[in-house]
Amino acid sequence: MDFLRPASWEEALAAKAEHPTAVPIAGGTDVMVEINFDHRRPEYLLDLNRVGDLYEWETGEDSVRLGASVPYSTIMEQLRAELPGLALASHTVASPQIRNRGGVGGNLGTASPAGDAHPALLAAGAEVEVASAARGTRMIPIDDFYTGVKRNALKPDELIRAVHVKKADGPQQYSKVGTRNAMVIAVCAFGLALHPETRTVRTGIGSAAPTPVRAKAAEEFLDAALAEGGFWDNGKIITPSVAKQFADLCAAACNPIDDVRGTASYRRHAVGVMARRTLTWTWESYRGARHTEGAA
Amino acid sequence: MPANGVPTKITQGSGTKGGIGESTLRPDGTLKVTGEFAYSSDMWHEDMLWGQILRSTVAHAEIVSIDTAEALALPGVYAVMTYDDLPTEVKHYGLEIQDTPVLAHGKVRHHGEPVAIVAADHPETARRAAAKIKVEYRELPVITDEKSALGPDAVLVHEHRDDHHIGHVDHPNIVHRQPIVRGDAAAAAARADVIVKGEYTFGMQDQAFLGPESGLAVPEEDGGVHLYIATQWLHSDLRQIAPVLGLPERKVRMTLSGVGGAFGGREDLSMQIHACLLALRTGKPVKIVYNRFESFFGHVHRHPAKLYYEHGATRDGKLTHVRCRIVLDGGAYASASPAVVGNASSLSIGPYVVDDVDIEAIALYTNNPPCGAMRGFGAVQACFAYEAQMDKLAKELGLDPVEFRQRNAMEQGTIMPTGQPVDSPAPVAELLRRVKAMPLPPERQWESSEGADVRQLPGGLSNTTHGEGVVRGIGYAVGIKNVGFSEGFDDYSTARVRMEVIAGEPVATVHTAMAEVGQGGVTVHAQIARSELGVAQVTIHPADTQVGSAGSTSASRQTYVTGGAVKNACELVRERVLDIGRRKFGSYHPAWATAELLLEGGKVVTDGGEVLADLVDVLEDEAVELEEEWRHRPTEAFDLRTGQGNGHVQYSFAAHRAVVEVDTELGLVKVIELACAQDVGKALNPLSVVGQIQGGTTQGLGVAVMEEIIVDPKTAKVRNPSFTDYLIPTILDTPTIPVDVLELADEHAPYGLRGIGEAPTLSSTPAVLAAIRNATGLELNRTPVRPEHLTGTA
Repeated sequence: MDFLRPASWEEALAAKAEHPTAVPIAGGTDVMVEINFDHRRPEYLLDLNRVGDLYEWETGEDSVRLGASVPYSTIMEQLRAELPGLALASHTVASPQIRNRGGVGGNLGTASPAGDAHPALLAAGAEVEVASAARGTRMIPIDDFYTGVKRNALKPDELIRAVHVKKADGPQQYSKVGTRNAMVIAVCAFGLALHPETRTVRTGIGSAAPTPVRAKAAEEFLDAALAEGGFWDNGKIITPSVAKQFADLCAAACNPIDDVRGTASYRRHAVGVMARRTLTWTWESYRGARHTEGAA
Repeated sequence: MPANGVPTKITQGSGTKGGIGESTLRPDGTLKVTGEFAYSSDMWHEDMLWGQILRSTVAHAEIVSIDTAEALALPGVYAVMTYDDLPTEVKHYGLEIQDTPVLAHGKVRHHGEPVAIVAADHPETARRAAAKIKVEYRELPVITDEKSALGPDAVLVHEHRDDHHIGHVDHPNIVHRQPIVRGDAAAAAARADVIVKGEYTFGMQDQAFLGPESGLAVPEEDGGVHLYIATQWLHSDLRQIAPVLGLPERKVRMTLSGVGGAFGGREDLSMQIHACLLALRTGKPVKIVYNRFESFFGHVHRHPAKLYYEHGATRDGKLTHVRCRIVLDGGAYASASPAVVGNASSLSIGPYVVDDVDIEAIALYTNNPPCGAMRGFGAVQACFAYEAQMDKLAKELGLDPVEFRQRNAMEQGTIMPTGQPVDSPAPVAELLRRVKAMPLPPERQWESSEGADVRQLPGGLSNTTHGEGVVRGIGYAVGIKNVGFSEGFDDYSTARVRMEVIAGEPVATVHTAMAEVGQGGVTVHAQIARSELGVAQVTIHPADTQVGSAGSTSASRQTYVTGGAVKNACELVRERVLDIGRRKFGSYHPAWATAELLLEGGKVVTDGGEVLADLVDVLEDEAVELEEEWRHRPTEAFDLRTGQGNGHVQYSFAAHRAVVEVDTELGLVKVIELACAQDVGKALNPLSVVGQIQGGTTQGLGVAVMEEIIVDPKTAKVRNPSFTDYLIPTILDTPTIPVDVLELADEHAPYGLRGIGEAPTLSSTPAVLAAIRNATGLELNRTPVRPEHLTGTA
């Protein structure tokens, strides 16, 4: 196994172009587990730890450009206001030690349906910035990024440089079910973001389908129900029947399996419960914010 | 000797600092916390090779062929061995029944069974070489439960049994069967106003010690081998290793190396023989370290069990009878199954007075992973079931569950189902009273002015509830565990104690073969020596086989038995020291002949406190040293038909109250508090006692809500051999554990002490289950309980 250590982004792209089978490694919290278990024996490891700008982030007008290697602990601590859903998701990742090493780039690269960041990225709306030596930079919308079980839209010569996540324009929530209270792989997870500017909601479901998915029918139903009732303007409490139908549609968006971590039936059920609860929390928060603004 | 039930009063050594009854700190504590402690996996030897084991990928199969040529051809490989390379006629080992092949022969009986071993100059080379060994299997049907084990055309897991249990079992796929019949259960059942029945399932728990199996075998010039090893009982290992190597026991030297936890999982051999075989074959030191994945296959687990119970009671809340049948899955090899059966049956009704019982416990041979010793040892599974039954009965009778238990609680003098009288304090009702009297944690602790504090809620930082669906539940349980090895086993220990003057100070050295696996024997032995010999300086010699057997660090027995041996040896040393003193100084003071003499603060003093001599002057250049075996009271075997017999040495009791918050919609549980009251006889090291109780409590919590090895019933293969999917409690899952320690002396035991390590593991699980039932109203007949069981989505 050869260990490639590019000193810059350009060198990294060149190395990846020369060795398309090279596996990029940054925090190593995923790749090293696979290597230690001998599940994977790549010909080349492409170490990105010397590529400094992968650890940086910029807050723009509408979005945050988050370097692929910005650790989860930084997202939790520094980006809570801009990316509340992703910050909550980051807090559920493994242990403090892992959160200090791991970043969103790794989650995206592995594209496991259980990656904690995915539901938050889907709900917030994001684009993945990838690049290759041959073709330069391109942006992949998060909705097109996950292509199969542990597969993504990257070409063999491409590397993930950053993810551009829309800054929250409304409340966001994230819930994850695991069978212990910390350091656990998701049995299933759910992200929800309200987007008052566009009067839409977006969702993300983790570990309950072959890929991370949005519950599009649920979103459309809720968009319509909120519009019809003038909820965005009047800030009324969402009726339980609307919340229930939203939850049922989220559960229906799942396509889970039975495995050692949980049954398919439980996953569907739990996604429904999380959808209803996160909708309640975000909507209460939206109403509260409206109220405060009105009073000011 | 202390009287029963009266706290032990210490005379000798009571003025010596760091003696018994003090919370002295572990010498290895800081090293372990800071990562500096040398565990068995940290050992290194110049020129050493690395051993690797090839394990079966299927659970039950005939081995058609093994081809090692490619592995041997790999550069860096020094040896590849299979069954055919074993050097002597002894090719099997086992704790009680020698049914486990050192390397598989003709057949594999469980997933992960060792088939071949490799030594190479690099661990990666050894792994790759093992992967190049070609094994052709012809798969056989798998035996995975009672139905498949005992069916009319069931395949036999062991075709040719000649062990001493085969004569009294109904089927060769039963390892051992122990019935217990006392009184007339049928007649008593007729008197019952209420009868409850239940079927319970206990999942397979792993010891999950953090330091994986590891050791280093170094060939010696005399043709022998020196094995540095993390184990629970050096001499038991030695007895099993030496014959396979074809060496006399004196040529197999063993030294205990740093043990990273055990909990029963190191009672059986793991890599010991394999490392020695490779070292002797190659003439080089060989180190073997399992990784976590292999560790799940490298040691036995707690027996999963099916338990069938019937309890009856009269309207006034008195138990009439118990009928029960406990089916333990022993897996492919016997390990400790027979003794686990003895415990499960003899302790099957719990710490209650029941005169009419009809009990049966069996352990099966199956193709599931072998099961054996784990903290609580057969008593754990039973406690889960009988405590669920007690709650069911209390509910039927409209009685408070604690009140109902107290009405039936055993006490000193109660006769066990085995006919054995309980001849030391059994404060069962008092423990329940104490645990119930502790203040309850406040309700809705998650509420704060800034919204919900999710850390106080089920799901924790996963942010699944802010209080929605959360219901509090409270549950109680109490248990009974035997202390020490039972059923007539010659359960002794040995201690060598030396006293001498070094650099002008009297110093005691304590040498035993006790395996320190975390229980705290190293502090206790030093405390005993300080108290008994009145010295400040005590050296604990590393444990090895250069001294007699200490018995196993199991069965809550080491403080009792090896502690007893150290106390006994110290007393004998003290007498010799006093004899020397009398000889030298007797003529100077009449008190040498007339008074009771003590050793205190490095001096010989009278019981009135008068100093007679300095130990430095008494001993001068002389060293007093002796090695003595020490035994507790003998026990008897249980009758194979009636189960009668004085089978146990001592009992240990703990009670728990669990307070849980359950997210009833998501089926997630947060245990808020697990209060424990336990009688420990005498707390030799109170800090260690509380640590043991909290640790045992947490291990019981683990199997209540998360810990389970999942075996595929179709293939008998383990599905979750990793800490990713075999979950153990983190600190965020660990509740507050207030502990109330009682000290009622057992007059038969050293200092009146009671073994303590296991009892808290028993009652913690059923208390948590009772609390979850209380919160949800569900019946919950299995443990661990998973979210799907609480949400109807299993």
